[in-house]
Amino acid sequence: MSEHNGNLLSVNDLRTYFQTEDGIVKAVDGISFQLKRGETLGIVGESGSGKSVANLSVMRLIPQPPGKIVSGDILFDGIDVRKLPIDDVRKIRGKRMAMIFQDPMTSLNPFLKISTQLMEVTQLHLGHTKEQAYEHAIEMLRKVEIPAPEKRVDGYPHEFSGGMRQRVMIAMALSCEPELLIADEPTTALDVTIQAQILELIKGLKDEFGTSVILITHDLGVVAGMTDKIIVMYAGKIFEAAPTKELFAQPANPYTKGLLKSVPDPAHEHGAPLYQIPGLPPDVAHLPPGCPFAERCDRAEDICTKEFPPFVQINENHHSLCHFAKEVHAASGGE
Amino acid sequence: MLKFILKRILIIVPMALLVVTVTWVLIRVAPGNFYSTERNLPAAIEENIKKKYGLDQPWYVQYGTMMGNILRLDFGDSLKYQGQSVNEIIARHFPYSATLGLLAYLLALAIGLFAGIVAALKQNSAFDYGTMAAAMLGLSVPNFVLGPILVLFFSLYLYWLPPARWGGPLYLIMPVVTLAAIYAAYIARLTRAGMLEVMRSDYIRTARAKGLNERTVLLKHGLRGGIVPVVSFTGPALASLLAGTVVVEKVFAIPGLGNIFIQSVLNRDEPLILGIVAFLSILIMIANLAVDISYGFLDPRIRYE
Repeated sequence: MSEHNGNLLSVNDLRTYFQTEDGIVKAVDGISFQLKRGETLGIVGESGSGKSVANLSVMRLIPQPPGKIVSGDILFDGIDVRKLPIDDVRKIRGKRMAMIFQDPMTSLNPFLKISTQLMEVTQLHLGHTKEQAYEHAIEMLRKVEIPAPEKRVDGYPHEFSGGMRQRVMIAMALSCEPELLIADEPTTALDVTIQAQILELIKGLKDEFGTSVILITHDLGVVAGMTDKIIVMYAGKIFEAAPTKELFAQPANPYTKGLLKSVPDPAHEHGAPLYQIPGLPPDVAHLPPGCPFAERCDRAEDICTKEFPPFVQINENHHSLCHFAKEVHAASGGE
Repeated sequence: MLKFILKRILIIVPMALLVVTVTWVLIRVAPGNFYSTERNLPAAIEENIKKKYGLDQPWYVQYGTMMGNILRLDFGDSLKYQGQSVNEIIARHFPYSATLGLLAYLLALAIGLFAGIVAALKQNSAFDYGTMAAAMLGLSVPNFVLGPILVLFFSLYLYWLPPARWGGPLYLIMPVVTLAAIYAAYIARLTRAGMLEVMRSDYIRTARAKGLNERTVLLKHGLRGGIVPVVSFTGPALASLLAGTVVVEKVFAIPGLGNIFIQSVLNRDEPLILGIVAFLSILIMIANLAVDISYGFLDPRIRYE
């Protein structure tokens, strides 16, 4: 562990671009982050901010063409995943790092039995025989709290509800007890009561297996109780990175403040209209020279539309991409 | 499932009778009849012919007699081929068409699926472009052009294959290839499109995220979803391959059912026309039923009711 400074995953200056008819889309443009063993990282951002692409890059699941990881290091336990031959990446995928996706309705193969889909992972990576894999599949379904797993294991995905399917996805992802679990908006497609159950489940299994988790979401409420630290992404860039508590207590970026303000607070704002950040995320194929958020920012000044903002270090673990990071940080401290 | 199949089989009978009725009306509405020639027949002779074949009866009596016979599966004797029953004629000529059609069907499936899958797997490669160009050619060249070209080259130039007629396996090669070409081309394009569509789907990404190799991802996770459109196509394709091989039968002088069918229409040979129409319509409905049943094996979400 110590040979990589305790980091299980270390991403440095990752850039993933897509070639489109509209020009080059810089979906992820120079992001860096670290994740320690057992730690949970939240990645927050609006649709199109690059949070999914960043993590698909880590798994080397970017469809190529049109996508391409242009530069950067993805060090997973000291192995540079980006430079690894794809056959060696496959030995890590599903075994040491696993992923669950946003839409459980389409992420399971509708043509294959649940048992088949669960078994093939352990047969591949753990060398299970059919019988072992079948037993293990039932065991995993029991772990994700699917009732009557001995029966349900022989069912097809369409016989499961959305929440149940996401549980199956989680069971599948955790089959080989991976060191890293990437959960890409695992609750977005589910209704609210199920959301809480799924998050609790992930949390419990993470503690049981000691898995490091990257939780991608656009919902700050989701990451608040789950994560150790948070990255806020916008237009392919990291806008703010901080420990969870600090980010919520004293954000140093106007965008983060906007996101925090958009979380409805039923206790205090009863009857008040919900806040939303004005405007839409920019077209990442044609970014302006200045700050990509300037147009929507209530604090923007002349410099914001002209010069790209610096990545300001507030303290050891807190960074913010803003011309006025320190001022914003100081101002939100007083609120 | 059993109930579904039974229901579908039961519906075949009234459907076939409907097809026969429409055909009968069309034959009657069209001008001319089986005994008409360039010269007018003497009135007395015409009277006798009409009497012999029951044509002097009112139309509803004629229709009733015809339907009664058909319900007893007795299509009567051909008017042109004296002394031969329609059933005999179909039994004699259908095996040629069936052999030809079935072989062409299997060949088209084998070539089409293989080419389509590989083309999808290696999208935008030389193989992909080559296959799709060949498929385009296969779709565009009608079989009455392809057949003679093959004959010209392999029979008259290379002397490798017999140019026509029915004999050993060698005789089958060119007609089967000619017949299969367009279907193989179509299946290849459908397979490629279906596979490309499926390989973009979320569950394929899941399969890749598990660390499965591309081969497993494609064959185990992609194939079943990818060939669903092909299956929908192959039902009608099988039916028309078994029945409608007229052109190829003509080009290669094969005594199949398609040839007889055309002749019967030209001869206004009513019993034979009705017999072949009934036979082929039942065949097509059975082929479609077979396809619908095979969907269930392909896709577990499909329920039969």
